[in-house]
Amino acid sequence: MRKYSVFAVAREALRGHTGWEPQWASPEPRKEYDVIIIGAGGHGLGTAYYLAKEHGITNIAVLEKGWLGGGNTGRNTTIIRSNYLYDESAALYNHALKLWDGLSQELNYNVMFSPRGVMMLAHNIHDMQGFKRTIHANRLNGVDNEWLTPEQAKEYCPPLDISRSARYPIVGAALQRKGGTARHDAVAWGYARGASDRGVHIIQNCEVTGIRRNPDGSVAGVETTRGPINAKKVGVVAAGHTSVVMQMADIRMPLLSFPLQAMVSEPVKPIFPCVVMSNTVHAYISQSDKGELVIGAGTDQYQSYSQTGGLHIITHTLDAICELFPMFTRMKMMRSWGGIVDVTPDRSPILAKTPVKGLYVNCGWGTGGFKATPGSAHVFAHTIARDEPHPINAPFTMERFRTGRLIDEAAAAAVAH
Amino acid sequence: MLLIHCPYCEEERPELEFRGAGDAHILRPTNIADISDEEFEAFFFLRDNVKGLVYERWRHIHGCGRFFNAARDTVSDKFVTTYKAGLPRPDLSPAPKATETTVETYEATEGVAG
Amino acid sequence: MSGANRIAGAGRLTPARTARFTFDGKSYEALEGDTVASALLANGVHLVGRSFKYHRPRGILSAGAEEPNALIDVERDAARKQPNVRATVQEVFDGATISSQNRWPSLAFDVGGINNLLSPFFAAGFYYKTFMWPKAAWEKFYEPRIRAAAGLGVAPTQADTDHYTNRFAHCDVLVVGAGVAGLSAALAAAETGARVILCDEQPEVGGALHYDKSVKIDGQDGFAWAQATAARLAAMDNVTVLTRTTAFGYYAQNFVVLAERVTEHLARPDRKLPRERMWQVRAKRVVLATGAIERHMVFANNDRPGVMLASAARTYLNHFGVAVGKKVGVYTANDSAYEAAFDLHRAGVRIAAIVDNRAKPGEGVLAEARSLGIEVLTGHSVIDTKGHRRVNSMTIARNGGGGKRTIAIDALIMSAGWTPSVHLFSQSRGKVAYNAETGQFLPGTYAQDCLSVGACNGTNGLQATVEEALAAGELMARATGSKAGGKVEIRAENAFEWTGGMAGAAEGAGANDNVKAFIDFQNDVCAKDIRLAVREGMHSIEHIKRFTTNGMATDQGKLSNIHGLAIAAETLGRDIPKVGLTTFRAPYTPVTYGTIINHSRGELFDPTRKTPMHAWEEAHGAVFEDVGQWKRAWYYPRAGETMHEAVSRECKTVRDVAGVFDASTLGKIEVVGPDAAEFLNLMYTNAWDTLKPGRCRYGIMLREDGYVYDDGVVGRIAEDRFHVTTTTGGAPRVMNHMEDYLQTEFPHLKVWLTSTTEQWAVIAVQGPKAREIIAPLVEGIDISNEAFPHMSVREGKICGVPTRLFRMSFTGETGFEVNVPADYGQAVWEAIWARAEPMGACAYGTETMHVLRAEKGYIIVGQDTDGTVTPFDAGVGWAVSKKKTDFVGIRGLKRPDLVAEGRKQLVGLKTKDPTVVLEEGAHIVADPNQPIPMKMLGHVTSSYWSSNCGHSIALALVAGGQARMGQTLYVPMPDRTIAVEVTDMVFIDKEGARLNG
Repeated sequence: MRKYSVFAVAREALRGHTGWEPQWASPEPRKEYDVIIIGAGGHGLGTAYYLAKEHGITNIAVLEKGWLGGGNTGRNTTIIRSNYLYDESAALYNHALKLWDGLSQELNYNVMFSPRGVMMLAHNIHDMQGFKRTIHANRLNGVDNEWLTPEQAKEYCPPLDISRSARYPIVGAALQRKGGTARHDAVAWGYARGASDRGVHIIQNCEVTGIRRNPDGSVAGVETTRGPINAKKVGVVAAGHTSVVMQMADIRMPLLSFPLQAMVSEPVKPIFPCVVMSNTVHAYISQSDKGELVIGAGTDQYQSYSQTGGLHIITHTLDAICELFPMFTRMKMMRSWGGIVDVTPDRSPILAKTPVKGLYVNCGWGTGGFKATPGSAHVFAHTIARDEPHPINAPFTMERFRTGRLIDEAAAAAVAH
Repeated sequence: MLLIHCPYCEEERPELEFRGAGDAHILRPTNIADISDEEFEAFFFLRDNVKGLVYERWRHIHGCGRFFNAARDTVSDKFVTTYKAGLPRPDLSPAPKATETTVETYEATEGVAG
Repeated sequence: MSGANRIAGAGRLTPARTARFTFDGKSYEALEGDTVASALLANGVHLVGRSFKYHRPRGILSAGAEEPNALIDVERDAARKQPNVRATVQEVFDGATISSQNRWPSLAFDVGGINNLLSPFFAAGFYYKTFMWPKAAWEKFYEPRIRAAAGLGVAPTQADTDHYTNRFAHCDVLVVGAGVAGLSAALAAAETGARVILCDEQPEVGGALHYDKSVKIDGQDGFAWAQATAARLAAMDNVTVLTRTTAFGYYAQNFVVLAERVTEHLARPDRKLPRERMWQVRAKRVVLATGAIERHMVFANNDRPGVMLASAARTYLNHFGVAVGKKVGVYTANDSAYEAAFDLHRAGVRIAAIVDNRAKPGEGVLAEARSLGIEVLTGHSVIDTKGHRRVNSMTIARNGGGGKRTIAIDALIMSAGWTPSVHLFSQSRGKVAYNAETGQFLPGTYAQDCLSVGACNGTNGLQATVEEALAAGELMARATGSKAGGKVEIRAENAFEWTGGMAGAAEGAGANDNVKAFIDFQNDVCAKDIRLAVREGMHSIEHIKRFTTNGMATDQGKLSNIHGLAIAAETLGRDIPKVGLTTFRAPYTPVTYGTIINHSRGELFDPTRKTPMHAWEEAHGAVFEDVGQWKRAWYYPRAGETMHEAVSRECKTVRDVAGVFDASTLGKIEVVGPDAAEFLNLMYTNAWDTLKPGRCRYGIMLREDGYVYDDGVVGRIAEDRFHVTTTTGGAPRVMNHMEDYLQTEFPHLKVWLTSTTEQWAVIAVQGPKAREIIAPLVEGIDISNEAFPHMSVREGKICGVPTRLFRMSFTGETGFEVNVPADYGQAVWEAIWARAEPMGACAYGTETMHVLRAEKGYIIVGQDTDGTVTPFDAGVGWAVSKKKTDFVGIRGLKRPDLVAEGRKQLVGLKTKDPTVVLEEGAHIVADPNQPIPMKMLGHVTSSYWSSNCGHSIALALVAGGQARMGQTLYVPMPDRTIAVEVTDMVFIDKEGARLNG
């Protein structure tokens, strides 16, 4: 793999950039691989990358029914943070945060991780109690998160309206300074390039249509639109389509898929320095490097695989944005889009072995999977390679719904991801 | 915003008047206290999450207040029919074209890779 | 004349009606009806903006919504400043202050222009390959600079003083676009009696008739026919005609959303008028007549000011009376540009030459050009242009080599053909199909009840368009059951049928990776960038788009997408349809947030709920807290009191004398029917059939998974009637939860549920003197302790008003909760207050309520529980019936982890130093000296200073808490570690003597 650097760019500039190689190969599928990953999003590509890099398994195919990075990886609002309440979640997301810091160098691909701070607004005493509980837990878990007064919040994010007369006044905020954003496409592309360089086959336009089983029930491979492919281990990283894929192995999942919309404004000069989230009024906003305000909306109320949603969902979100930032009513929505999010009953992911030998699943990230990408991929690779979970993902089983050992971030903190 | 036919009001009304209420035809066991952990998990947590035709519940919460059932295609979001709570799952065979063409249309438009 | 380039006799504006505006501080004269673009061109101003990445000088490319270059800032005052406005859409109004964007210090001398010189380094996706060293520099150094250079306009920094509005509308047929096709369709539909809405984004209807002067319809000039037809439609009762109205989103089930610009064109708009109006239209049928957008030619330096679309030049001439130059070059691959040349020629503008990329132009236009004496160079290309702030020459060459020469020009107009506007069709989830013959993506499979007509449907020829539109208009109207009227017939003719068109890089821009042949002007995406993306392995059109940013600018690829696709297809060696299109998404053109949210601002953002006693509380100095949508009295400070002092006083007063509290926000549900008790047996963990009428019981409600969902006191009013109370926040969801089970799981039960939260005002009177306070006011109820013990309910009267009087307490004192019809709430409250105040009682707020209940160890669901807590965890396991065989949650409660050892349980905490008040949310550990990450046992859920106890009190969820009674645990804070003792949850009156007094 040719190293990316300012010198490489300069050299290519002199010859019209004609010397760049493809970032990833587009091979024909082999008959058999050691591991098949279903789904070439950030989590799936990252899993292949870490399998190759840390576990010496390079005979891997990542199968993608569309284009790599085209699912939720390429549709989210790129918020990265790790200030989760429960020990299990904090450990998982903080593992990811540590990998984010240095991911550009690790991949030799600028993923533009920008730790400019994620601020979560508290609008009432209940919010404040919840945030302080999280802040205290984070402190004892070694996760960065701090309480700000309204004045401190405004200093950090000048566009905030902290007047007491607001319908939902800001009574304070939780700030994770190391949180921020990254360039979503670059994460998929960087992992794809790194994995491809290590021999991983990334096969796009290849939809899995069946999961093949041995007589003893264990995984034998997959059926695809490009023919059958054998493998003893198959990792399902199919986000909104996880239920559909797992059904091929006769496994019902504790998942529902919902439409989730997001939107960007026209680009403007820098006005918004950090990420601001308000769960009470349902607003999530940051400004991209291009200058667009990037705004996340809520999910629609019905299951859907349509990648579209209702305008009233967007309206509701913009209501909240303009309530928090009255100066933005003249900003213009430039584009809106939708993704399909897979949601578990406790709003925490599943990163685990399954009842079928050789079949592994990484799903249930709901509306917040992007931030976990490197950490999720890293521990999932471990789980597949060793056939046992990494200590960090050990609690994120499928069985927890049977035993009741949930990791209920939603119920506990009333915090969206 | 969807337009939903309430089988009690016998009118099509905007989605804002309704609240989705999850899968239909999941019977709460009458002996629920005695079922196994696995059965409880299947009843309360596991879902088919179908890509295609689903049977689901809605409540006309800002209308007549009634819960009712709907058959809807989760790919096109189109309703096939709505019917009153308690009625059996309608026989929709031969399955209405789960708008497979629309599916391909839409996702192909978006998702064709090189 | 307003502007030196205005041509006498040309155009449709009235010369006498002038308006003045400033652009970058310089004053110009315009005519009413001008756009900013036409007015600037009239005044010879071509340099209008700078591009996003290279900061290249840019002019006016189009005459419509597809404009990528001429973006301006329109400022009425500091609070009404609008960035990123397309100069080609914004109408001039007198006194307008217009500024250019994305330049410093000035438009003519922009420091950012250095990027153009450095552009060899700034190839597509270069930023993914660099800025990685040293690590910290991305955030600290590179990113801030990239961000400052990016962005276009400057966002407003003050709250908008304009307002916006919304209309919901239903119609039989919605027609989008009021060109020839849309007008014809609307007319045919309207004549059937159908309810029709016709909208168009421009100030005047007519579409292509703005520029095509050759059209005659029913013997009239085309544009005049359009205006007359619109007037005729507007006069019909069943028709609404909306101009300046853009259909921007097409959602499920023919839900189409329009943005109407109401005052943007007015110099001094009536401030009562909304700035913009959103129309949310539910149409039975939709006719899309959205036309087509002309594409530019892709060649080296095709972006200089003065280079523009041929149809735009024709619009500026024929509609605005403005000549875009004095010596104009024409570069085309399509016949339509010829007609622009003819019109300019006839208006006295010199046409330098028509350079046609094709070997064979349409015969009609070729003959006409020859007859007008215009030089036509077929099989030639423009391979370069020169001119910094305005084009001053074009260099042409014969395709395949030779014939190179440079021609002086001051404007260059171009056409690569027409792209049907299938945006809305595609948003409706219809599937487009590629027509290889015309090179166009056209509506293929429809997903909704709509039809496309005219240019957006690829229909060629004016009469064919009219006939298609008339048929579609009538068909759609008839499909809705409209029966009136007969056939509408329209005869239309124009000068020439158009042939030709090309997509992708023209000769001279192909394969040469040193030239800048722009595809996406705003984002500075060139043909070579697409080729680079493909070279780097980006084979999906989505990857190419994202890697190059092609089509991601404010025009969303209206001009660039087809070119990008064609170049990608050529580079990949694949057919265009095999490469695929990126998805069209709403909005069609950018829409202000103000339009989308319209009335939902300030007070109307979310309802504020106030209790019947709110005014009294306000008058008596209450400080309020937000609880959901409610405003609740939090505490009542006296002059000079801090919150802490006020709450301490209130707490003492309630226990020493009495207090009056507004509990109206509690949720209330009337559960009525012969099976009411059985229903409550299923909904709550407790048993209700054993509760006697006139008595109350504290109930716990679970979710099916066994966790605490809500709690409250339930009074049995009669055998078949219960008065259920819920938490303040839980009222709606508990009601929904009950309805759900009643309607779908237990429909055999004869029960009726009614939400009565807002029907009852609730006045809690608590404390040793509570009975004495209310006694003289109560009629018909013996409220003695014997006749009316704790946890009783009676119906009677208070102050002459019907009441449901509860003997209950959330303070641990003798207490009553007086329920009266909401309208009497304040009067009864005042009567009670008139008795209470002289006795030394106080009014108290929610904070005191919280302290008093914590002193008694009463939990608050949602504060001391959090959705992961069982009744046993919360210390209210006694409320779970062991006899019942069914209630919601009975099975969930038995799951292995819910009955496991070591669960977090609610306990009391006392700080070793009694003056220290723990922070709510602080965490508890056994060993404060362990390293991070620490093993945490739980957290403090409630914590207060208790003036009654003389020490702080707290409730906490602690792992294995019940077994830790008396243990010392620690609360590590940032600045110190606080030692605490695990205690019982009841801090006052453990035996309940006060409660039952």
